[in-house]
Amino acid sequence: MQAFDYVRAKDVDEVVSILARHGDQARVLSGGTDLLVALREGRRQAQVVVDIKGLAETKAMSYSPTSGLSLGAAVPCYRIYGDEAVAAAYPGLIDAAHLIGGVQIQGRASLGGNLCNASPAADSIPALIAHLAICTVAGPDGRRDVPVEDFCVAPGRTVLQPGEFLVSIRLPAPQPGFGAAYLRFIPRNEMDIAVVGAGVSVLLDESRRVIRSACVALGAVAPRPLFVPAAGEALEGRTISDEAIDEAVRLAQEAATPITDMRGTAEFRKHLSAVLTRRALHMAIARAQAS
Amino acid sequence: MSNRVRVQTHINGEEREFLCEPRQSLLEVLRDTLLLTGAKEGCNNGNCGACNVILDGVLVNSCLVLAVEADGCEITTIEGIAYKDRLHPLQQKFLEHAALQCGICTPGFIVSAKALLDHNPDPTEQEVRLWLAGNLCRCTGYDKIIRAVLDAADSAEVGAEAEATRV
Repeated sequence: MQAFDYVRAKDVDEVVSILARHGDQARVLSGGTDLLVALREGRRQAQVVVDIKGLAETKAMSYSPTSGLSLGAAVPCYRIYGDEAVAAAYPGLIDAAHLIGGVQIQGRASLGGNLCNASPAADSIPALIAHLAICTVAGPDGRRDVPVEDFCVAPGRTVLQPGEFLVSIRLPAPQPGFGAAYLRFIPRNEMDIAVVGAGVSVLLDESRRVIRSACVALGAVAPRPLFVPAAGEALEGRTISDEAIDEAVRLAQEAATPITDMRGTAEFRKHLSAVLTRRALHMAIARAQAS
Repeated sequence: MSNRVRVQTHINGEEREFLCEPRQSLLEVLRDTLLLTGAKEGCNNGNCGACNVILDGVLVNSCLVLAVEADGCEITTIEGIAYKDRLHPLQQKFLEHAALQCGICTPGFIVSAKALLDHNPDPTEQEVRLWLAGNLCRCTGYDKIIRAVLDAADSAEVGAEAEATRV
């Protein structure tokens, strides 16, 4: 592997100052499951690798039924699904955290890293979009919030500006009647990259028969994880029915602009976009009704 | 740049201090510096699990951990699995079930299975298969490995170890 210096940063300011000084020659290290492979294969260069796992904020995870979940950018997947309260409150997020690599990867890989890696096929991003997550970014000019659906801009590229890094992700507390789910298609049972992924959520009214709001996001069908507002809006105020779901599914499928590659053809991905959106909606509704 | 860094760890219960370059993976240092060659380099990109070690109680691919990141950590490698005077039940059952052929993946499978049994001493077959999905074997077809792990889980020692780990 190429030579670089390693800094185990102690606070946010130290990370920002190193990033500001070294520009794109500094890389932020969280779990390292993407970065170290990219450095080894020469797809990324670095003079300095800044480890953010020692920061109080990036390694913290806190949940309360009133304020929701605050997830440090470096919290590995296993800590998320290993926390009973978090797992019970966010089963739709756990769907994704359980799917990223095998247990060896989940022991290191963070959702923050999954987000910053900005793969169009990233498993956690459609799920985070469905949960209306907000990213907190720190940089030379202080902090700013970025809605998770705006975080990725192109394959491997994010909104992060020079000197900025992702500190944490906030998910609102699930209200009664809220349910979410993430499903992906892969040609085997485990350890693969999504051919298509669908993250959805619904918020039902008190009767649990009417959808107050909904959110649909797809992975691996566009240059970045694809938020489809129209699909969610089509469900707003509708009584749960096959017709309502059909319409949301059609809109999600229409929004998908997949390519053909080694994992699947564009045509197959279009088909999967509909199948997975429908199944994920049924799952999210079932969870919402059980909430 | 890239001066060598001093790293202090506990490996298999012993204090181990070493010098490494920041760019070196934990796997590289385990094998080339500390001569603990049980962990294998299979893919070197996190797909195969042949380099699995337990880092502060968490199963990891040592090819995807920088050695400098292990400073202050407890590490268990395949060399630390057997008891002083005999094999660990997992090792014994791998032999009895012929759960290996070429053997390259075996240390990773045993370390991975150890991490599973430490936190779930009575797994179902489904749980074993899911847990071991990140360990690749190109010889056995997995079935014998799964049976060996399930059989090892039945041993009283494994239950006692899991109890001790939980403290």
